[in-house]
Amino acid sequence: MIRPLLAVSAIALALASCARSDPGLNQSGSRPDLPDVRQTLIPPMKIAEPTGWNGQVPTVPAGFTVTAIATDLRIPRQMLILPNGDILIAEGRGGNAPALRPKDIIAGPIKKAGNTPVESGNRITLLRDANNDGTPEVRTVFIDNLNAPYGLAFVDGAIYVAAQDALLRFTYQPGQTRITAQPEEVTRLPSRINHHWTKSLTASADGQTLYVGIGSNSNVGERGMAVEEDRAVVWAIDRATGARRTVATGIRNPTALAIEPQTGALWSVVNERDELGPQLVPDYLTSVREGAFYGWPYSYWGKNLDPRVMPQKPELVARAIAPDYALGSHVAALGLSFASNGGFGGAFSQGAFIGEHGSWNRQDPSGYKVVWVPFANGQPSGQPVDFVTGFITHSGTRGRPVGVAFDPNRRIMLVADDLSNTIWRIAPRNGAAR
Amino acid sequence: MMVLISSAGRGLNALHGILLGFPIALFATAVLTDIAYLKTAEIQWTNFSAWMITGGLVFGGIVTAWALVSLVVGLKSPRRKAKVIYAAVLAVMWLLGLMNAFKHSQDGWSSVGAFGLMLSVLCSLLALAAGFIAFAGLTSRETVR
Repeated sequence: MIRPLLAVSAIALALASCARSDPGLNQSGSRPDLPDVRQTLIPPMKIAEPTGWNGQVPTVPAGFTVTAIATDLRIPRQMLILPNGDILIAEGRGGNAPALRPKDIIAGPIKKAGNTPVESGNRITLLRDANNDGTPEVRTVFIDNLNAPYGLAFVDGAIYVAAQDALLRFTYQPGQTRITAQPEEVTRLPSRINHHWTKSLTASADGQTLYVGIGSNSNVGERGMAVEEDRAVVWAIDRATGARRTVATGIRNPTALAIEPQTGALWSVVNERDELGPQLVPDYLTSVREGAFYGWPYSYWGKNLDPRVMPQKPELVARAIAPDYALGSHVAALGLSFASNGGFGGAFSQGAFIGEHGSWNRQDPSGYKVVWVPFANGQPSGQPVDFVTGFITHSGTRGRPVGVAFDPNRRIMLVADDLSNTIWRIAPRNGAAR
Repeated sequence: MMVLISSAGRGLNALHGILLGFPIALFATAVLTDIAYLKTAEIQWTNFSAWMITGGLVFGGIVTAWALVSLVVGLKSPRRKAKVIYAAVLAVMWLLGLMNAFKHSQDGWSSVGAFGLMLSVLCSLLALAAGFIAFAGLTSRETVR
């Protein structure tokens, strides 16, 4: 009896680490290839060692230049470009999920090894580069002492900040470089546990509504569904009254929201679940449809059942809709910015820039770059194209992209890199390519 | 009569016996909490199981190492065969327990399922077997006395 048991356990341990990706699968676009669920005893955790840039810069397409417009930040996440061209950068790290299982204690430090050790900024930094030469003349701490700020929006002369526990409004005078006045709380945001703490934010095309993306409190409901009340949703908040309603549900972790400029529709990049295999489940880009249920946690990519969730909810799964556009499994899309007013011209005139933080839950790294998804008539119209790369090399990770921001007035694109704590500025080489 | 881990020929070493009690109790409790989870889908039961198994592995690991060292040190002992069986039972228990800990680190239903429950039952039976081997010698001698 002993020998067979030993053999079984040896085989099982060996099996655990050999879940390989199939490079033949196409996991981007509107109809991604979805392999069978492959759960392993030991989830693949591949964290490439942070090495820093050491004077190198990311790779951009021919005809573009890239430079660091700010360094030594404290975990830059999302950015906002104000009407006068000033750049705001939300910095920080949130979440207060207690360890519930031995797994939480073991996996935490491993994931941490792939992130910056810098202390959370809990602030917003302002950069002013009035002559658009890539060297800011002014850099100030714009707002300090925030609770893990993430989403930013500017509407009707006021600045809105989605902290990890509340949506705040700051009054703002044009040209101001520091705000010390207390904010007004538009509404509280769900913050208990805050497993996925980032609160993404954008304003509707008419400015009346603020949309906030609220991530789930677990990978797939393993903390119990009671703590998932008002999680994995997108809220629409009335800017004047703070009243809110839920626009979409089952949308696991909507990490960035943006308005598509042609149609005025709300779009989001969303991070999907882990531990179903290296090629499940694709993270996605989708228009956020009114009343839609996107499956989490019961199903993925429409009605594909997740075997881990009990009790199941067939009546919910029956109305789960598939998202619009897959970005690839575990790429961890965290940034979304649409090109507007003709973008960079040529191949980059109509579409979305997407910042992909990069995977931990597969052996072959995915993400770790900024991609461009071309659009036509308000819908994705082709395969994603690499726009900024070089964040990961054979020797380690140099950076990890988060927020992206296209500035149509200066024709520049900014990428927040929260591993090297840098903002990268990408501009056409001749200054005004159109 | 088998005295496997003895202190100066006075039967089972007390500390060894105490340590052995942990995997016996914790792995057996994990079977119960696994069943409770599979019956109720209440997530806290599988969390309990995960901690029971981890505790069983920690204390069971010390006991297993002790038994293996004792086996190596006492290779020429007349009770060698019993020692081999005892150490082997513990070693298999520990390896299956490790697998079970990984199984219980999966999320939701996958943290237990049929395979997790099977592993919990096997670990529990092996822990009980090890306990029986270790304690039977001791109690029978006391009864005789």
